[in-house]
Amino acid sequence: MALADPTRRALFERLSREGELTVRVLTSRSGVSQPAVSKHLRVLKRTGLVKGRHKGRQTHYSARPQGLAPLVDWMNFYSRFWQDRIDRLGDLLKRMEQ
Amino acid sequence: MSTETTRSVVIEREMPHPPEKVWRALTQSSLLEEWLMKNDFQPIVGHRFNFRADWGAVDGEVLAVEPNKMLSYGWAAFGLESVVTWTLTPTSTGTHLRMEQSGFRTDQEQAFKGAKYGWQGFFAGLEKVLARIE
Repeated sequence: MALADPTRRALFERLSREGELTVRVLTSRSGVSQPAVSKHLRVLKRTGLVKGRHKGRQTHYSARPQGLAPLVDWMNFYSRFWQDRIDRLGDLLKRMEQ
Repeated sequence: MSTETTRSVVIEREMPHPPEKVWRALTQSSLLEEWLMKNDFQPIVGHRFNFRADWGAVDGEVLAVEPNKMLSYGWAAFGLESVVTWTLTPTSTGTHLRMEQSGFRTDQEQAFKGAKYGWQGFFAGLEKVLARIE
């Protein structure tokens, strides 16, 4: 999962918050090197979470919150969640007094 | 409620226990905590409550109570506004239990809200939940 990595999550958060930023600006407060930031941005771009726009020699990156949509699949999440919880309910009922 | 714009998660299960017993597990706070989440639930229409898990909190409000038959409450978490309805039908061997969570929108707005309200905690919790299930 692209956002499982804390550096990538921080980059995505910052882009969501601050809008369009260059790799250089993103690197300045990230605590990691510029090549590392570029690498993380490539991963985020591949999964559709950020997009890049070339402007002169610089690439300006911005967040694509709609990229989160396939990740936050509530129906899938809750299907699994309730299956799991109802299994636990079944176990509890076995332990309960009549 | 418009069926064109929302979808439901439905889970049905045969429970080899009488409805009265299943009802207790669905409505008593201490029992709910054992299988669902920590809570301050009370089966009283209009009662507002929270379910609390390590991945976040759910805000709830009791919408309908028919002892041993039907229980319905609002379930709001991470921008998802949904309704959970439990239906208990007695059978020769126990109870047919049906859970329906309705209100999943088919558009992507829900996901945007989810992202806005707490996707970070959500992911942490999601990973934990899925790790335990698989």
